[in-house]
Amino acid sequence: MEPVLKVQALHKHFNVRAGLFRTKQFNAVSDVSFCLGKGETLAVIGETGSGKSTLGKILAGADNSSSGQILLNGQIIEDDGGRVENTKDIRLIFQDPMKSLNPSTPIGSILNEILILNTELDSQARREKINQTLLNVGLLAEHRNYYAHMFSGGQIQRVALARAIILDPKVLVLDEALSSLDPSVRAQTVNLLLRLQRETGLSYILITNHLSLVKHMSDSLLLLHKGEVVEYGETHEVFNSPQTKLAERMLAC
Amino acid sequence: MAKFKLFTEDSNKSPLRHLWRNFKSNHLALLGLWIFLFLTVLAILAPLIAPYGINEQHNNSLILPPSWDDQGSVNFLLGTDGLGRDLLSRLMNGATTTFGLAIVTALLTTLFGVILGIMAALSKGWRSSVLNHLLDVTLAIPSLLLAIIIVAILGPGLMNTVWAIILSLLPQYIHSIRNIVSQEMSKDYVIAHRLDGASKWRILGKGILPNIYEQIVLIFTMSLSTAILDIAALGFLQLGAQPPTAEWGAILAENLSLIYLAPWTVALPGFLLFITILSTNLVGDGLRQALQKRKAS
Ligand SMILES: Nc1ncnc2c1ncn2[C@@H]1O[C@H](COP(=O)(O)OP(=O)(O)OP(=O)(O)O)[C@@H](O)[C@H]1O
Ligand SMILES: [Mg+2]
Repeated sequence: MEPVLKVQALHKHFNVRAGLFRTKQFNAVSDVSFCLGKGETLAVIGETGSGKSTLGKILAGADNSSSGQILLNGQIIEDDGGRVENTKDIRLIFQDPMKSLNPSTPIGSILNEILILNTELDSQARREKINQTLLNVGLLAEHRNYYAHMFSGGQIQRVALARAIILDPKVLVLDEALSSLDPSVRAQTVNLLLRLQRETGLSYILITNHLSLVKHMSDSLLLLHKGEVVEYGETHEVFNSPQTKLAERMLAC
Repeated sequence: MAKFKLFTEDSNKSPLRHLWRNFKSNHLALLGLWIFLFLTVLAILAPLIAPYGINEQHNNSLILPPSWDDQGSVNFLLGTDGLGRDLLSRLMNGATTTFGLAIVTALLTTLFGVILGIMAALSKGWRSSVLNHLLDVTLAIPSLLLAIIIVAILGPGLMNTVWAIILSLLPQYIHSIRNIVSQEMSKDYVIAHRLDGASKWRILGKGILPNIYEQIVLIFTMSLSTAILDIAALGFLQLGAQPPTAEWGAILAENLSLIYLAPWTVALPGFLLFITILSTNLVGDGLRQALQKRKAS
């Protein structure tokens, strides 16, 4: 079966200052390749500064890569830093959902704006779609008139999810999106994510440090260290027989 | 089913309503707002409702004290000045010149400031750093001094004063707007909006502006009080409005020689200036406090 998302030899370097006039290249992500099938979850783990967020941003289009390709359903959407205009199919969920929502706009208008920018639907159809999406993530249609500050922590996560899935994407990138939640709300959100995955065949890229979450949700696992892939394989295989010392150490606890 | 948070009446409102609520709870600021609105109406209607023309002279009633004085007359409620002109009419029209013109000045400053500030926030690299250093230099000079220098170059006159004040207020305005906008630009919701496919201008108009216009209004009130003070000060120094224009600063200067003979001709315009600036500052202060309170909640 053809993978939904295929990443080939992705590189990203930043120019950092080294001295007064010299700049140095710093490789945040180097030579990362992986495949992600429909309805599958890839967990990306690694210690802090290993380039997880950078990878997530590149995938979602918030940043450009330096070289390498990203293929979606066999079509190249990013080639050596040039991105095809495509905001619909890979969507990012931010670490802090509250900050990713405009505080002075009601949720309904935010969702409406997304639909205006990316679809040809008329206002009636947009309304319908917004209601349906809100219901789908376990909110009510009335919540469209609410502002971001009026939601509780678990609800705002659902709003962020609604914002991400309203365009029916193929891949969701969750950058530590579950880490800040308290355990019961996290469990609710995880169940919601798994239900959506079952129903719509969404694929997830789960950037996290929670090993239990990785075990529970992911099919495959990618371990980054200083921007390089140290370990990549099916989750239970990597857990059972890690190939490197680092993986052994990180997965032990 | 979602878990529901119970909302207090207070949090269950749009940010703007929230702000108004906080503002209302500050009585002084509310009083300031009423005076401010009254002055605005006065500034608009003064030429129509003033009992006499501003330069209408009444030769048989020179230096008449206000009507509550024994020698006063009901025909001239606040008395007359050395040329027999009705002080009430002059002061009312002064609201149009001083206060009205200050509002126009502050509005123009806001318009230019917002446009240039946004452009400054969007520019990068050497252009932004040149602009920054240029602004820093002009910021170091007090605005009144800068205005006096500019008037000295342009020559005295009311319209030149307006331009001088706009030019002298602009640097700080651009600076503040630039800071506010670039602060917003780095927030997550802007990145999210960009990922939704919004263009730069759409992000500005739909994303950022609704979040900063209250702060723009705040800066407007601050520049307004400076503008009132500067217009009056330049009028008083005979650099701005020239007599016989009815401008509070100019009226003050004109009647200064009568201060012992007819103290009301000096005290009344001074008092009006005081009230006007006070109310503007009260509104600005209340707005700032309300914004802070909302941020904290
Ligand atoms: N804009 C940038 N300019 C320069 N260096 C950057 C930039 N963004 C990230 N980096 C560097 O790239 C490296 C990877 O950062 P990244 O945010 O991807 O780490 P991370 O794996 O997400 O860490 P964490 O687990 O703490 O979130 C870090 O060393 C960081 O300093
Ligand atoms: Mg990170």
